[in-house]
Amino acid sequence: MSERQGVEMQNAECKMQKEILHSASPDVAGPFLHFAFCICFSAAGAEMTAIEPTHEDHHAPHPFLQHHFEDLGQQHEASTLGMWMFLATEILFFGGVLCAYFVYRGMYHDAWKAGSHHQNWMIGTGNTAVLIGSSLTMALAVWAAQLGRRKLTVIMLTLTLILGSVFLGVKMYEYSEHIHEGLFPGKHFTFVEHNNPALTPGVQLYMTFYFALTGLHALHMVIGAGLLIWMIWRAWAGHFGPEYYGPVEVMGLYWHFVDIVWIFLFPLLYLV
Amino acid sequence: MNDHHGHAPTHHVTPLPVYFAIFFALMILTGITVWISRVDLGVMNFPVAMAVAIVKATLVILFFMHLIHSTRLTWVVVLGSFLWLGVLFVLIFSDYLTRAWVMY
Amino acid sequence: MTPSTLHDVRFIEPEKTRNYLNEDYGVFSWLLTKDHKRIGILYLLSVTLLFFVGGFFAFMLRLELLTPEGDLLTSDTYNKFFTLHGIVMIFFFLIPAIPAALGNFILPLMLGAKDLAFPKINLLSWYIYMTGAIFGIYVIVTGGVDTGWTFYTPFSTQYSNTHVFATTLGAFITGFSSILTGLNFIVTIHRMRAPGLTWFRLPLFVWSMYATSLVMLLATPVLAITLFLLMLERTLGVGIFDPALGGDPVLYQHLFWFYSHPAVYIMILPAMAVISECVAAFTRKKIFGYKFVAFASLAIAFLGFLVWAHHMFVAGISVYSAMIFSFLTMLVAVPSAIKVFNWTATMYRASVSWQTPMLYVMGFIGLFTIGGVTGLFLGAMGVDVHVHDSYFVVAHFHYIMVGGTVMGYLAGIHYWWPKITGRMYPEWWARLSALLIFVGFNLTFFPQFLVGYVGMPRRYHAYAPEFQVLNVLSTAGATVLAAGYILPMFYLFWSLWYGRKAGSNPWGAVGLEWATSSPPPKENFHVTPVVTWDAYDYPAFLKAMRETQNV
Repeated sequence: MSERQGVEMQNAECKMQKEILHSASPDVAGPFLHFAFCICFSAAGAEMTAIEPTHEDHHAPHPFLQHHFEDLGQQHEASTLGMWMFLATEILFFGGVLCAYFVYRGMYHDAWKAGSHHQNWMIGTGNTAVLIGSSLTMALAVWAAQLGRRKLTVIMLTLTLILGSVFLGVKMYEYSEHIHEGLFPGKHFTFVEHNNPALTPGVQLYMTFYFALTGLHALHMVIGAGLLIWMIWRAWAGHFGPEYYGPVEVMGLYWHFVDIVWIFLFPLLYLV
Repeated sequence: MNDHHGHAPTHHVTPLPVYFAIFFALMILTGITVWISRVDLGVMNFPVAMAVAIVKATLVILFFMHLIHSTRLTWVVVLGSFLWLGVLFVLIFSDYLTRAWVMY
Repeated sequence: MTPSTLHDVRFIEPEKTRNYLNEDYGVFSWLLTKDHKRIGILYLLSVTLLFFVGGFFAFMLRLELLTPEGDLLTSDTYNKFFTLHGIVMIFFFLIPAIPAALGNFILPLMLGAKDLAFPKINLLSWYIYMTGAIFGIYVIVTGGVDTGWTFYTPFSTQYSNTHVFATTLGAFITGFSSILTGLNFIVTIHRMRAPGLTWFRLPLFVWSMYATSLVMLLATPVLAITLFLLMLERTLGVGIFDPALGGDPVLYQHLFWFYSHPAVYIMILPAMAVISECVAAFTRKKIFGYKFVAFASLAIAFLGFLVWAHHMFVAGISVYSAMIFSFLTMLVAVPSAIKVFNWTATMYRASVSWQTPMLYVMGFIGLFTIGGVTGLFLGAMGVDVHVHDSYFVVAHFHYIMVGGTVMGYLAGIHYWWPKITGRMYPEWWARLSALLIFVGFNLTFFPQFLVGYVGMPRRYHAYAPEFQVLNVLSTAGATVLAAGYILPMFYLFWSLWYGRKAGSNPWGAVGLEWATSSPPPKENFHVTPVVTWDAYDYPAFLKAMRETQNV
């Protein structure tokens, strides 16, 4: 007997008990008693009928259905909601440092303008395009996974990874340029704003926010790249299909969020 | 449980042209951001740049992240988190913007 | 063998069935468990340990303050001790105490779920918490930190030569554990409720936990980023918050309190959650105004985000902004008062049974009211300027955190102890300890209101001789309080082996957690329950019980 049949039997038993109770004393069988019976008899029933579901069973659970979920739909809903909730904390996380950015941008507006001139806006624009491109390939990967197209999923995820790596590589190049010019804040900050030396402390503050914001963003990219590698492996192994593609979807949510952060950072840091 | 209880996930599959259209819109908006920054609009430069960024973010959230086909709860989560961010910004700036005002 | 009531679902004999405790054995079955109940126990043990670490520092502070001279601790040591007391108690005890320990255990049971939505993340959150705690312990062992638990800049970034970095890193890491707990709870409440368990059938515990989780989720990241900037400033020597380098220290305070004021609600909302459960169980009544209490939790969580700058009235913020914050602070009192009134109204004309959890509930209601009302004094700008940084403030927040949260925590531990362990605690000893805690608490902290109001500042190891009488009273009270806290350690452990067998529902309470065996089986319920009744439906329950007895 399958587990499901067992459960149905227990439910039937519960119903029966409820009826018996009703006939004995009509008012007694409050919901609690019903529930108590369900618990008791199903406990006994579960022990008798707890047989491992066999593979012939049409309702054999999906291999990636975790034991504490009722079905894949519930599992999918839970994981996407979890990721959205996580992204809510991320919004506040970046929001906190952006708030500080805006406060100082208001205080040191000229220094902010001077600082942003040390960014190469053309590189920034190119990198923005690369990142938006990676968002497109990520979206296409989810699309392919939804349709159960294994190879296309792997290709799109790999393209996302490549574009993400290009972005990070360019970022590293930019960092090395800044460090070379003595723009890294702190002890190694040797840069002096020649047109207006009074702006130098403000420029350093700008560079602090530049490194903090882009650094946090890059850290998120690196974590995303690690997750992508895992997803590529899972897609290759054929784990995903129309029934089960939650992990790719959740991965996509994360990746698009990191893209959105950059959409704000680009005008805030490069185009003051 | 919820209304979705007892079903395999049956989710909306966005047609491909939508993805490509959004991608091109994002690229064009990026171009607009850069172009705007080269033109002097006075105090308006910053608000316009932010407005464009907000439009871009909205496109990504609605279509790439499938918010448009998501449950109401997801909408609440998204709007709620921006509301909370708004609380942070508005109340902190209620201090910074009024500090210089003199009371006596 | 017909079970007569829900009360009597007892023929699932605890010792004959498997439960989450005897499912498997060995250290790794605990350290690698994904069972929310075991993770709850892990949290319970770790927060209790850290509670006594924090308590040790508190006791040393009180001993020092026995005499006006700074004779027991040097001023530097005293600074470190009050800092460590604050950090340990807030980040490592109060914040995780009720949600991560009791909530973890009880919440899925109340929802009729097999586990939290993300069991692995749940375990991960405990490891993250322990990592943070190890940083805390490391700091304690290697010489401490002296910034105060608030890490105000620029002292913490430019001047203090103690372990600021390791401490803030510890707090930063621990923050992620509460983010993950909150996330797990919210998703679980949305997606894992048993069939028929609609939102307005949820126990108020769940509503409060939901509100707590919202605050954890939306406030903690701001603390994380703030501490990140602080660590950056300290390591690189940049001036994000240092006025000498162009930064603004008040901005640090804004960002810090954007988390740390809502954090107060992370501490008090779970205690309110426990109180709602106990009030209903021991008065055998529906909570008066269920929906009001439920929405009051959410209102507290939201309004709690709008008031943070009342910690900064004298820090140099704009007067206009301060007026707004002062006004918003008054608003938080409304939902808090709704809760207190509704609990009291529930008890009105009920036959209350005075078991230990109910004693703690009475303690909570009284002390929380005092703490809350003095909070309004402090929220009023004029009064705050007068008593800011005095012992009045210290007394106020201890009435909330110790009188509120710790009372709620102890009420919860006693109330669910039979469910967690399958054994009853010894009632007489438990009542004695509740009494000691109530008396000791008031003796410790009420004098601090008085001594603060007449001008004794906080955070000094020496004070003017005219304050001595009140300080001696306070230290005497702390001794009684300490005895009250140590006592449960003994009788609760004793009860693990010698306590009376509890049965599945020793209080005759309504709620899904009481409808499974004690201790519960690993999967919580043998079959997913179907809920057809409202929360706290004691009238129907009692009616059914009476009539079955007549039959």
